[in-house]
Amino acid sequence: MAENVTPRVRVPGSATAGETIVLKTLISHPMESGQRKDGDGNPIPRSIINRFTCTFNGETVIDVKMEPAISTNPYFEFEAVVPESGTFEFTWYDDDGDVYTETKDITVS
Amino acid sequence: MKMNIATAALCAAMAIPAGMALAQDQTEFLINEEIAITVQTDAPEHLDNLREIRSGWTFRSPETQKLQMDDFENPGMIFADDARVAWNTVEGEAGESCASCHGEPEDLAGVRAVYPKWNEEAGEVRTLAMQIDACRTEQMQAEAFGMDSGPMLNMEALLASVSRGFPVNVAIDGPAQEMWEKGREIYYTRFGQLDLSCANCHEDNYDNLIRADHLSQGQINGFPTYRLKNARLNGVQGRFRGCIRDTRAQTFAVGSEEFIALELYVASRGNGLSVEGPSVRN
Repeated sequence: MAENVTPRVRVPGSATAGETIVLKTLISHPMESGQRKDGDGNPIPRSIINRFTCTFNGETVIDVKMEPAISTNPYFEFEAVVPESGTFEFTWYDDDGDVYTETKDITVS
Repeated sequence: MKMNIATAALCAAMAIPAGMALAQDQTEFLINEEIAITVQTDAPEHLDNLREIRSGWTFRSPETQKLQMDDFENPGMIFADDARVAWNTVEGEAGESCASCHGEPEDLAGVRAVYPKWNEEAGEVRTLAMQIDACRTEQMQAEAFGMDSGPMLNMEALLASVSRGFPVNVAIDGPAQEMWEKGREIYYTRFGQLDLSCANCHEDNYDNLIRADHLSQGQINGFPTYRLKNARLNGVQGRFRGCIRDTRAQTFAVGSEEFIALELYVASRGNGLSVEGPSVRN
């Protein structure tokens, strides 16, 4: 039931073959841990992004399992080697079953 | 004492590798490699005690400065993006959203730079926050956000973000002059058990250390500000309250006439610097 979840991704538009590029991703999400209580003492149910994956032309670049201790708006920065032109696909899996995806194309010369 | 401060500054300078240091006397930086932000310029004419004015950005560490130079890294931009949803949301009995009258947020580029300003119809000086709430209650007939509330700070951040790069240009003459003079009086009045005025720290002692904190000139061109210490956006008047509280005084309330006057006066001290909000500070 997370509201205003917006994925953001930064991928360079072009690169040379075999170059290592830096990818940055951020998704706005409250990442409610499930450990907290509201004003009346009732536990606030856990609601986090539990998995993040990135693939390049179908091949896995990174696959992350995420736990409740991760802060709001999780940010990932990682590197990838790009052999050819193609598409990065980023996927976030929410506890409530929602799946957020974002794709970015890169031209390799 | 002077000696200690000089020595501490020297040590700090040596700790930063030469290549990484963003020069302290830099007068400009770029956001997203395109929006030029003036961070140091000649003081406006009405300011007798300072020769040049500097944005709070110049007082921060290179790591903090860098966060603001890229929208992806700037945590304040997440809040500004949230406000875009509110911008397009129809609320209130009039069935309007911000977008119904104003189009895109970008159409209001430059607006942040001239606030607070005199509103002829209402016969009062209005801060940007007051104008947003006036729009909501009068045009949209919706509920006011409330000064310094989360949605208000988000909206202020959005409006500031589309005005980044515009020089602050607050009018201090004409009908606004009375409020401006009141603000100036508050700025130079000592408050609290510590008997401090704004000027004691931000005019006489900027660039010095107050315990572990590096005093800035107290410019407000970067508000609302994302502070690393509380990981959220902070409004101008909330910051004023924090400052006055630290002098161990009874503070004025956010939204009070005193703070509106002070916001107008302090904004005018930054005439010539660029709008920077949402900025990143520690």
